[in-house]
Amino acid sequence: MNVLKISNLGINFGGLRAVDNFNLEINEGELVGLIGPNGAGKTTVFNMLTGVYAPTDGTLQLGGVKYNGKTTYQIANMGIARTFQNIRLFKNCTVLDNVKVAMHDTYRYSVIDAVFRLPKYYRLEKQMNEKAIELLKIFSLEDYAESKASSLPYGKQRELEIVRALATNPKLLLLDEPAAGMNPNETKELMNTIKKVRDEFKIAILLIEHDMKLVKGICEKITVLNYGCVLAEGDVETVLSNKSVISAYLGD
Amino acid sequence: MKKFKLKKIDNKKKTFLYIFMIVVIYAIVMALTSAGIINRYYNGILITVCINLILVVSLNLTTGYLGQLTLGHAGFMAIGAYAAAYFSKTFMTIPQPFSFIIALLIGGVMAMIAGLIIGVPALRLKGDYLAIITLGFGEVIKTILLSMAIIGGAKGYIGIPRVTTFTSAYVFVIITIVFVCLLIKSRHGRAIISISEDEIASEASGINIVKYKIMAFAFAAFFAGIAGGIYAHYMGIIEPKTFGFNKSIEILVMVVLGGMGSINGAVIATIAITILPEMLRSLSQYRTLMYAVTLIGVMLYKYDPRVQVLMCKAKMFCAKINPFKRKEAK
Repeated sequence: MNVLKISNLGINFGGLRAVDNFNLEINEGELVGLIGPNGAGKTTVFNMLTGVYAPTDGTLQLGGVKYNGKTTYQIANMGIARTFQNIRLFKNCTVLDNVKVAMHDTYRYSVIDAVFRLPKYYRLEKQMNEKAIELLKIFSLEDYAESKASSLPYGKQRELEIVRALATNPKLLLLDEPAAGMNPNETKELMNTIKKVRDEFKIAILLIEHDMKLVKGICEKITVLNYGCVLAEGDVETVLSNKSVISAYLGD
Repeated sequence: MKKFKLKKIDNKKKTFLYIFMIVVIYAIVMALTSAGIINRYYNGILITVCINLILVVSLNLTTGYLGQLTLGHAGFMAIGAYAAAYFSKTFMTIPQPFSFIIALLIGGVMAMIAGLIIGVPALRLKGDYLAIITLGFGEVIKTILLSMAIIGGAKGYIGIPRVTTFTSAYVFVIITIVFVCLLIKSRHGRAIISISEDEIASEASGINIVKYKIMAFAFAAFFAGIAGGIYAHYMGIIEPKTFGFNKSIEILVMVVLGGMGSINGAVIATIAITILPEMLRSLSQYRTLMYAVTLIGVMLYKYDPRVQVLMCKAKMFCAKINPFKRKEAK
């Protein structure tokens, strides 16, 4: 059963056709890579998947349910979580609060529960704290729980963003260049963690990445975009040895 | 391995400390009043401080925590003031403490409704545009009030029962501060803060940002309305021009000086800025000049590294003598 099904997705920015006839199916527990040269439209695809841009045509389906026209937060609550190319954390909040913001929809209590500090507030806050610490432990970030998010080193901030995305309880996780700015050791560690996340949470992951080592290492399937069109798709070895893919990256 | 331990959700000792402070401050004021040291003049200043505190703490919710610049807070105050006053004057027969409380609540609710009406379209705008539309809203309210003969128009609305006492104003200050503090430390508060930190990330984390913007806006308007009601019942006469642009800016200045998104800072800044002009009364014609210079000085040196170092040292000192220090886990 596929988690995500995209058919004939396309978007126009004025006269520019940024993405054209994009098709993709992601099955449960699959790790899919989306690669392509700069400006190919990879992040635009992400933005359409999460409702930031409204696609001009095509349909988006999550678990068999069409979700075109839903707003970003509704899509997030349906089960698509994402990270950003340039880290977007809540910088002045604590690490713990960053994670707890994303649990907003899972643990619900009303304003009245909060303002009168009814038992429900304490019960759910406690559950939230426990769950948040559990998630932070995946990246061994739990010791930083009460420090400001902006005080974390760069690599840890990237990881915190993934934790925050996981906290929304997603079926599909979109990672936009998770390894950007990381050194080879950190990248290696990240690869293992991404695999671990996939196995432990049984979620599908779609990631944009320029680091081919990472893509080769963990992706089961890749799709190559160039000038908004799909250039090639399939398993890693065949796609990366495809002539047109090589020429798109390196020139003729 | 060291076992990781989180802070408690609500620190009981701190709560008791705050309750203790609330009681002590009230007791001191009451004692000084009965001793005759606080005369009617000082009492007036204290009530003004209370009214300003409600306004500033409520504006802090939208400007500080939500991060949206609004310039029409006095407009909500005006709606609250007139609605509460109108109720009090129409239903003079209801026995006093109840009438006053109902009047304030009506003022608050009316302001909240106005907040919703203006908030739904306005909060789709950002930054400067939101500031402009709220500024316009404040002026519109003022003009409407000026043209309504039934509530006195430009002559002012007179004959409102003067029932505000320090006690009633103080109670509402406490309610406002406690409400905002408790709201902020909940999932709703986290949602509001996350919007000011990063709207895009907040939405991608599943927060309905329109709902939370309107919620914060409506609560802020509600408390501004209550402040207006207290003001009306303190002065006994209200005129539209009091609730102009200057009043909005005055509240905003207090929020900004106190540090946006900080209740303690807002309280200190409000008390200082409300009392300062009164203290400087002896300087007669230089009074407003001094007031302006003080404001500019704070703005200039707030982020000065030397001042920051001093603040840091003060903070460390406070942490050292803090009786509620967390014990390190061994």
